[in-house]
Amino acid sequence: MGDNADRPLRRLPLHALHAARGARMAEFAGWSMPIRYEEGVMAEHLHTRAAASLFDVSHMAQILLRSGRGVARAALALEACTPADLVGLPEGRQRYALLTDDAGGIRDDVMVSHLGDALLVVANAANREAVLAHLRDALPAVTVEEIADRALLALQGPRSEEVLSSLLPEVAAMRFMDAARLRWAGGEIWVSRSGYSGEDGFEISVPAALAERLAEALLDQGGVKPAGLGARDSLRLEAGLCLHGQDIDRTTTPVEAGLAWSIGRARRIGGERAGGFPGADRILTELEVGPRRRRVGLRPEGRQPMRAGTEVMGPDGRVGLVTSGGFSPSLAAPISMAYVDARWAEPGTRLAGEVRGRPLAAEVVALPFLPPSFKR
Amino acid sequence: MKFTEDHEWLRPEGDNIIVVGITEHAAKELGDIVFVQLPEAEAMVAQGDEVVVIESVKAASDILAPVDGEIVEVNAALADNPGLVNEDPLGGGWFFKIRVDDLAVLDSFMDEDEYQEMIA
Repeated sequence: MGDNADRPLRRLPLHALHAARGARMAEFAGWSMPIRYEEGVMAEHLHTRAAASLFDVSHMAQILLRSGRGVARAALALEACTPADLVGLPEGRQRYALLTDDAGGIRDDVMVSHLGDALLVVANAANREAVLAHLRDALPAVTVEEIADRALLALQGPRSEEVLSSLLPEVAAMRFMDAARLRWAGGEIWVSRSGYSGEDGFEISVPAALAERLAEALLDQGGVKPAGLGARDSLRLEAGLCLHGQDIDRTTTPVEAGLAWSIGRARRIGGERAGGFPGADRILTELEVGPRRRRVGLRPEGRQPMRAGTEVMGPDGRVGLVTSGGFSPSLAAPISMAYVDARWAEPGTRLAGEVRGRPLAAEVVALPFLPPSFKR
Repeated sequence: MKFTEDHEWLRPEGDNIIVVGITEHAAKELGDIVFVQLPEAEAMVAQGDEVVVIESVKAASDILAPVDGEIVEVNAALADNPGLVNEDPLGGGWFFKIRVDDLAVLDSFMDEDEYQEMIA
């Protein structure tokens, strides 16, 4: 990771818990992260889909935005950085937002929660410094506060509500993309009903001093096991979710990435606050005329994974590139995401990936690979 | 049985044939194996050639030919059940059998005590 290479790895607030539970640790975005526990990625993945898993995602950046003139001012200001409709985000709700650049590329993808007196922005760990610098530069009238004394836990899977509501009964009433501030053990917990697995679940921001107690209380519940970044990656791939730096970055636009649903109606041509975000010319044009290439799902034939970096070939040569690929534990088959020329992006199109010098047949499929099971 | 620094085990099986697989330690490190690409039977390989590709959920790894020789048989069961490498790495999870000129090539590899010391 370039400029991080010489820095010591940052340690999670739950480092001791991971060690005690036999986690295999590795570097990710400058942090020492649990990649998997004793049972391994496959078992952790399937357990998440069948019951519930606890992920430590405290490496992600938690940023509070405030304005002396009220949170609505902060929301309006932030719209200068994203095509999302944040003015229309009610208190107690969360929204997915892309931070775009002047060329229409994606600086980062973030979750924005309206917590009443502030907006909570959760950004990718690898983009922490860049996003903080960008927000401070672009939003001079907004207070940008990096939260360093909180852990972030993700409880994901169909039993998440049952498990978390035993500690925080209020969460049972939350719906997908609700956000709430709750009290637990004398501290303030910020909970959203969302995640990165395609399952029902919660993301839980907890004061670092309470994090171990909360994690142990959750892991003490029947059916909950810890899961690492390995399973997090295979779960999000099955759910068709992008990883910034891999499936989306400053060379891909929101429309190419199939993320146009995150562009608010109010921000589109004819909307109340049309445009006014970086790259609006290109992005709004692509919305009208269609992009040159599209992010698609690929199902390779056989069992061999078609990983990131694999060239995608049509009958007359190269038509695209795989950005994420691996083996789907739920489907027991390889799955990939790729950008392909828009002419080859229809589900059912037969393409091939160049794997170790040999063409491997693959079919374009709609994303996600598995239907999500959110509580709407 | 002998061992390589790349965590392969080599078991002589008479008639100048050596069975090759990976150790329990290696299988555990790789994690859940989901695909194994084996060489063609009758292929002539040289020591250091990439002969097997192992794909786990997370990553791909190459297995190199430990010695010069001719591949005489590959473990067809791995095509449908690559998880055998995790379940039974020293038995049902073997990769291939290779015919060498002289089983004395095995003398240069580690014995079990030396291998256990290396991974300790």
